[in-house]
Amino acid sequence: MSTTTAELLKGAAELFPDEVVTSAHVRHLELPYGAGRFALITLDNGFDHTKPTTFGPGSLANLNAALDQVEKEAADGEIVGVGLTGKPFIFAVGADLKGVELLKKHDDALAIGKGGHEVFKRLSALAVPTFAYYNGAAMGGGVEVGLHCSYRTVSKALPAFSLPEVFLGLVPGWGGCALLPNLIGADKAVSVIIENSLNQNKQLKGQQVFDLGIADAIFEGADFLEQSLIWTANVLKGDVTVERPEIDRGEAWDQAVAKGKFIADGKVHGAAPAAYRALEIIAAAKDGDLQAGFDAEDQALADLIMGGELRAGIYSFNLVQKRAKRPAGAPDKSLARPVTKVGVVGAGLMASQLALLFLRRLEVPVVLTDIDQERVDKGVGYVHAEIDKLLGKGRINQDKANRLKALVTGVLDKAEGFADADFIIEAVFEEIGVKQQVFAEVEAVAPAHAILATNTSSLSVSEMASKLKHPERVVGFHFFNPVAILPLLEIVRGEKTDDASLATAFGVAKKLKKTAVLTKDAPAFVVNRILTRFMGEIQNVIDEGTPVETAEKAIEPLGLPMSPLVLLELVGPAIGLHVSETLNGAFPERFKVSPNLKAVVEAGKRGFYVYDSGKPELDPEVAALLKQGDSVLTEDQVRDRVLDAVAQEIGLMLDEGVVAEAQDIDLCLITGAGWPFHLGGITPYLDREGVSERVTGKKFLAPGVASVPA
Amino acid sequence: MPRTARDVVFVDGVRTPFGKAGPKGIYHETRADDLVVKAIRELLRRNPDLDPAKIDEVAIAATTQIGDQGLTIGRTAGILAGLPQSVPGYSIDRMCAGALTAVTSVAGSVAFGAYDVAVAGGVEHMGRHPMGEGVDPNPRFVSEKLVDESALFMGMTAENLHDRYPQITKQRADEYAVRSQEKAAKAYANGKIQQDLVPISVRNTNAEVGETGWGLVTADEPMRPGTTLENLAGLKTPFRTHGRVTAGNAAGLNDGATASIIASEDFARENNLPVKMRLVSYAFAGVEPEVMGYGPIPATEKALAKAGLGIGDIGLFEINEAFAVQVLAFLDHYGIADDDARVNQYGGAIAFGHPLASSGVRLMTQLARQFEEQPEVRYGLTTMCVGFGMGATVIWENPHHKDAGGDK
Repeated sequence: MSTTTAELLKGAAELFPDEVVTSAHVRHLELPYGAGRFALITLDNGFDHTKPTTFGPGSLANLNAALDQVEKEAADGEIVGVGLTGKPFIFAVGADLKGVELLKKHDDALAIGKGGHEVFKRLSALAVPTFAYYNGAAMGGGVEVGLHCSYRTVSKALPAFSLPEVFLGLVPGWGGCALLPNLIGADKAVSVIIENSLNQNKQLKGQQVFDLGIADAIFEGADFLEQSLIWTANVLKGDVTVERPEIDRGEAWDQAVAKGKFIADGKVHGAAPAAYRALEIIAAAKDGDLQAGFDAEDQALADLIMGGELRAGIYSFNLVQKRAKRPAGAPDKSLARPVTKVGVVGAGLMASQLALLFLRRLEVPVVLTDIDQERVDKGVGYVHAEIDKLLGKGRINQDKANRLKALVTGVLDKAEGFADADFIIEAVFEEIGVKQQVFAEVEAVAPAHAILATNTSSLSVSEMASKLKHPERVVGFHFFNPVAILPLLEIVRGEKTDDASLATAFGVAKKLKKTAVLTKDAPAFVVNRILTRFMGEIQNVIDEGTPVETAEKAIEPLGLPMSPLVLLELVGPAIGLHVSETLNGAFPERFKVSPNLKAVVEAGKRGFYVYDSGKPELDPEVAALLKQGDSVLTEDQVRDRVLDAVAQEIGLMLDEGVVAEAQDIDLCLITGAGWPFHLGGITPYLDREGVSERVTGKKFLAPGVASVPA
Repeated sequence: MPRTARDVVFVDGVRTPFGKAGPKGIYHETRADDLVVKAIRELLRRNPDLDPAKIDEVAIAATTQIGDQGLTIGRTAGILAGLPQSVPGYSIDRMCAGALTAVTSVAGSVAFGAYDVAVAGGVEHMGRHPMGEGVDPNPRFVSEKLVDESALFMGMTAENLHDRYPQITKQRADEYAVRSQEKAAKAYANGKIQQDLVPISVRNTNAEVGETGWGLVTADEPMRPGTTLENLAGLKTPFRTHGRVTAGNAAGLNDGATASIIASEDFARENNLPVKMRLVSYAFAGVEPEVMGYGPIPATEKALAKAGLGIGDIGLFEINEAFAVQVLAFLDHYGIADDDARVNQYGGAIAFGHPLASSGVRLMTQLARQFEEQPEVRYGLTTMCVGFGMGATVIWENPHHKDAGGDK
């Protein structure tokens, strides 16, 4: 069997010549208490913890060879057990996604699934017990290789443990779906495989891994491996008996699968297949037939690897993990100036939230100003109250709370507040005249080097800077609500913004832990422009006569976090209207101002829906306001129109150079609007659905970037 | 304020297996602080009745206090071992007698009433920190002939000791070394040593050294069971041509760590902690640095005098075997035979190794085990020579003896 496995892996390795190959070192040791000779396999790719150990085909082949060795030793009675552990801080973080991206054929994808299974399952078929010691980060295939062992221990210091496959668009397909529910029960398995994964890839800590029953023993990090080996000796000698709770294979199993489906529906609305495929395998694993489960995993893996959702998922993952850290077009960071004091113009809610964010991340003095003492006091009071909340939750200690509170002040006199500030951001009323006035006042009192930043969502940064003596230091710094949660920060370069100011802005963004994307000073920048076009087209079809329900349902197959009208409610119809008016001013041919939306806003309505029955229903008062035409579209027609509009807008934005590449559009939509991984933001979806070619004549991304390579 | 000195006891002691220093040694890729941290943790695991929050001090010795042996290792090791932050710690240096001095220092504080219980130990990773690393001797040592130039080189001081005692021949030293290996092997075979060893996980990434990956060390690496006189006869004498000191009749360059719990006797009894030895007296003495191996003799004289004991009262000796000649000089001084059964029953540093500042607690741990086995013995001593011309001796009473705790 191992010969065919070796051949399978050899073929797979040829497809992935650049694999960072993990070694599987076999070392022998004498267990304590005379428990016998033991073979310990260390998974190690030869790099330090900053390059975690992964499994590509070459790595699997190495583990396979190690298992050849220990299998023989076990059969010959030379060893009493086999252990598996990782290099310092890392156990193993699963399949090498780079290798997955390269796969072009269903058969090759199937080989990867089968190859992993053939190697891993040998751990459960040796003549001696096997032990996995989860010493550090374990994800995906790293978790799964341990699940094939007879026993597991986990380090209390382990920071991250997960089966992130569904998050990316895969299933835990090297045994995870079949083995985990049979180890800890379907309910807990669904939590790990589906719920955590869809909850932004939530990680478990060592204690949780033990509490869930995935590990049989837990030891502190300081001498984790020693204690694991001592425990192993005790297990082998019979001094420790591992007892695991009986698995409920009755109704509870079905309920768990149903719960998983409910969670998946709530997150992806049926739009991405991975969670459902995983649940099918979990459901089937109820009978305990592991081989049938493994075969189903192979098929699911191969299907998903050849599907667009996974490719978009990996693409998205790389955007937020890699591109987000190296913003395209950002000037050299050596040009950035230090920021040792921050000024905030305005002390309203947005300004106060910004003050809190700067305070927490930069830990420098932050001074708020406003037009009267009452507003200033209220702003400072808000920040103090938020600091107290953090203190109450134990997120910061009293010393830190004292420090932060002492750093935030409010003054009426801008000259007093901003004379030594390095970075001043305004969050005043969205009106160009007001903003120009504010910047003129700030420039008069601020140091010559200070950055003047604006949190405008749709006004022109260049126009705002145009009346200043030093327009080169003005940048757009557009946050997304809720500021503390959404990672995106659109950094806008005005016509005259210089590199040093821009570099400083990117430096500040990094300290704020935001995903910064550089955009041109174009109307509504990126996210608001696309969302407004998207919402506008929905509004258009409603205005023209399509029922609200049909328009909303048409968008469901995308699996967006919320329906368009629920999103409008969250943003606020008045703000939505304002942005659409701005964009209408810039591009009247594409952005209409909906009379119905105007009517809703004028009626003081905060949304289209009422929730009296527990689920959203069209507010009868809103329904009475709507004046619709008689053009009724089907869901498919609505979806085509909306997607066409989005594709057209993105095409134009790229032509205008609003951002460097389509990747930046997608990064913005993922981090600023919460658009899902399986859409890849949006351009991979538009490409794979044929929308881009229909509208712009070409795809946004080259084949293989977020799709199966040609 | 009137005070009564309190009785101080040795509660328990453990050590890591000792390794050979250098790129092929078992601990080549292991940090020194991790070694002592793991020893402290094992000590606490073995004594669950000791509430870690009650520990008043962590005193850890290291000769070369830089890098992973620096940063006030007593404090950092306490934090790394998971002791409460309220437990303080400090570092100690008296070269080879570091751990011994850690014990006597905290013992003094216990007797005085400043501490109830403390952790004392030592560590030396001579692979990561070779002897003499970073030293900067004052030139006046040479210009004013304050010490002989050989004083800095322990092997040379051992040759000097042979010069002083011509009756201690290379033959006697080698015979002593062979016996040390034999006794150590026997102690291992009887499980005397392993019971106080802390298993240490070790990583090796160099295929030239042996199997790569993680392993587990459960035994001393330097041991050479089966060593014969013939084996030793041919060894080089690296410190002097036609000399007498060889790698075979001296301790090697080693890595390892030790830790012990020292408490007031009352505290130990109230907290259900074992009382393995009772401290009787201790003393340190200086000698000419170029014959530092002579140090144990005046130190023992002082300690015996303070205890009101004579050498005849001592039933068990744990003498650190930095060099066979230094042990033999001590035995000759007191008229004890080279193969006296009371001396180093489990073998000594020639077999186990001598990671400088850690060794003192190894002597104590072994003496404590011998006390358990031999309740008929009332007094024992641990002694060692110290670089730059010193000796250190601690006299202990066996609490298992019928008269223990009473008048002599």
